[in-house]
Amino acid sequence: MDFDTPPGLQIDTNGRGPLVTLSGQWTALALARDRARAGATSRLAALARSAPAQWDLSAVERMDHVGGQALWRVWGRRLPEQVTLTDTQRDIFARIALLETQREAPAPVPRLDAITALGGSVLDFGQHAYGGLAMFGRFVLDLLAVLRRPARAPWTEISANVYNAGAKALPITALVAFLIGIVLSYLSAQQLRLFGANQYIVNILGLAVIRELGPVLSAILVAGRSGSAITAQIGVMRVTEELDAMLVMGIPHGLRLVLPRVIALSVAMPLLVMWTNIVALAGGALAAQVVLGIDMAYFARALPSVVPIANLWIGLGKGVVFGMLIALVACHFGFRIKPNSQSLGVGTTSAVVSSITVVILADAIFAVLFQNVGL
Amino acid sequence: MTAPLSAAVRNRPPPAIAEHVIEVRDLIKRYGSVLVHEHLNFDVRRGEIVSIVGGSGSGKTTLIRQVLGLEAPTSGMIEVFGRDMSTIDEQTARVMRSRVGMLFQHGALFSSMSVFDNIAQPIRELGRVPPPLLHDIVMLKLEMVGLPCKHASQMPAALSGGMVKRVGIARALALEPELLFLDEPTAGLDPQASEDFVELIATLHRALGLTVVMVTHDLDTMTSLSTRVAVIADRHVLVAAPIEEAAAVDHPFIREFFLGRRGRRALQALPPERRAKLPPAALESASAEVPI
Repeated sequence: MDFDTPPGLQIDTNGRGPLVTLSGQWTALALARDRARAGATSRLAALARSAPAQWDLSAVERMDHVGGQALWRVWGRRLPEQVTLTDTQRDIFARIALLETQREAPAPVPRLDAITALGGSVLDFGQHAYGGLAMFGRFVLDLLAVLRRPARAPWTEISANVYNAGAKALPITALVAFLIGIVLSYLSAQQLRLFGANQYIVNILGLAVIRELGPVLSAILVAGRSGSAITAQIGVMRVTEELDAMLVMGIPHGLRLVLPRVIALSVAMPLLVMWTNIVALAGGALAAQVVLGIDMAYFARALPSVVPIANLWIGLGKGVVFGMLIALVACHFGFRIKPNSQSLGVGTTSAVVSSITVVILADAIFAVLFQNVGL
Repeated sequence: MTAPLSAAVRNRPPPAIAEHVIEVRDLIKRYGSVLVHEHLNFDVRRGEIVSIVGGSGSGKTTLIRQVLGLEAPTSGMIEVFGRDMSTIDEQTARVMRSRVGMLFQHGALFSSMSVFDNIAQPIRELGRVPPPLLHDIVMLKLEMVGLPCKHASQMPAALSGGMVKRVGIARALALEPELLFLDEPTAGLDPQASEDFVELIATLHRALGLTVVMVTHDLDTMTSLSTRVAVIADRHVLVAAPIEEAAAVDHPFIREFFLGRRGRRALQALPPERRAKLPPAALESASAEVPI
């Protein structure tokens, strides 16, 4: 059977007024193609207004319910008085008429006005804050329980998470840190040269990277990399009912899912921060040597004397806190995912965005708290 | 929840069995070192309801996936509507896809779309359809599968298992295919929902002249619907015949599947003239008591 014949429509006039003769294919596929090139269907739509009384469908090669319904609408939801149909077509129209008698309207979808939506989002925020706090409390309790009986701790999960979130993130953090180090050093060098203050590049780079950039840069990378992975993983566990299965078996989510991830990130993050520091400073020193002619050996020697060691401890401390925050936020969003594809996408996105926001908030708090330390 | 159509088609004859719509010849499918199909031959004629049965992992779903073009066979020929699947161009393949519908085992509804949008999606894919006509088309499909139209605005997550399957069928029927594939259509449904579903398929089969290919483990569904049963064992189709003939073939899998207690119970429910053709082993007592 040929599937390419377009629907045809011809209007003749005989003694009793206009006679519409249809031919070709009147199927969903043929009509869609025909509509694209404005053929018989657009002329059919024009006929709806003039309402001719005589129709001949016997030359139609193939008609389905979609084609039937297109005609049915033109006819004003009833068969015209004078119509020539084949048996199959008569069946199709009988079926359309039969099913139309018992139709009820779809249940309306509730729509929210702007004010309700605003109120909803405030309540939502409150729920997130409460949920996050509750998760943190649960984590502290679990941690205490584990400290009392270390044998219960999920060591395997912790170690696997450290490896996934830390060791596997080494190459990408190194690449980003190295490039940022070069960029920072290069831009500062341009300014310092104007004042003849070339050797201050060590102070600028050392302080900026160790105190601020190292922790924040690695936190952003870890949030994007491991935070999204945690949310998606827990979300899929919800979809596949694994979370419920764990509860039924008496395995608490806090101890098996949240605790290992939070501990793993708070262990892996300071290590990543250290690694980021080293690589970023190496990149910076390399650029300083090329642009300002400062020897890399001098850079390494001068660093401890111009950057107080307190800055390193602050940076590493930030790493621990950022790691915990990222894991907690990611777990929180993971548990809120509903079993559908859209919720998974929305949840993962919000997890990454929120954890980066929370990290930067925490960073601001650190800046205020430690303003007199190490500067 | 039965389709209002069933009363209208009760007195109609089933569609006449006509030319081949699927022909599979000498199919070989291999995953690494695992041979799934070996010299498999299988065909389906227009108007038939063919059930594919076989043990777990015997490649029933793989066979359907290859016929649908979701997976490529290692070698062999698959013809659908007389066209070789391996040589057709993109345009023909598109036309072909609008002539074939598939109900996946878990419905595979788009979880982020409402029921209405799920059914409208294949139609929207063809081009722009005026919204009132699209509404009519979707509502007709919902009524065909016996789903109250008030559910049209619901999300798939809010539907019961039986309703998910009905929406799945409605979506598969959106473009009015001639050939419908069902993968485990009654798995996970309660007995009443399974019964309704069997009636729905039988109704649509008559009303739309559908050709149906289904993979099923459910003996009752199989006996009440299929015109032929294709048994896959030992990596090929052992026999493809009406159920009473297939049950008479001497093979370990068939003895286990058809002549086990459950199998006998399902076979003994056949109409008398078909039951008369069963092998004597199938007519032994099939009481529900478990011998321990």
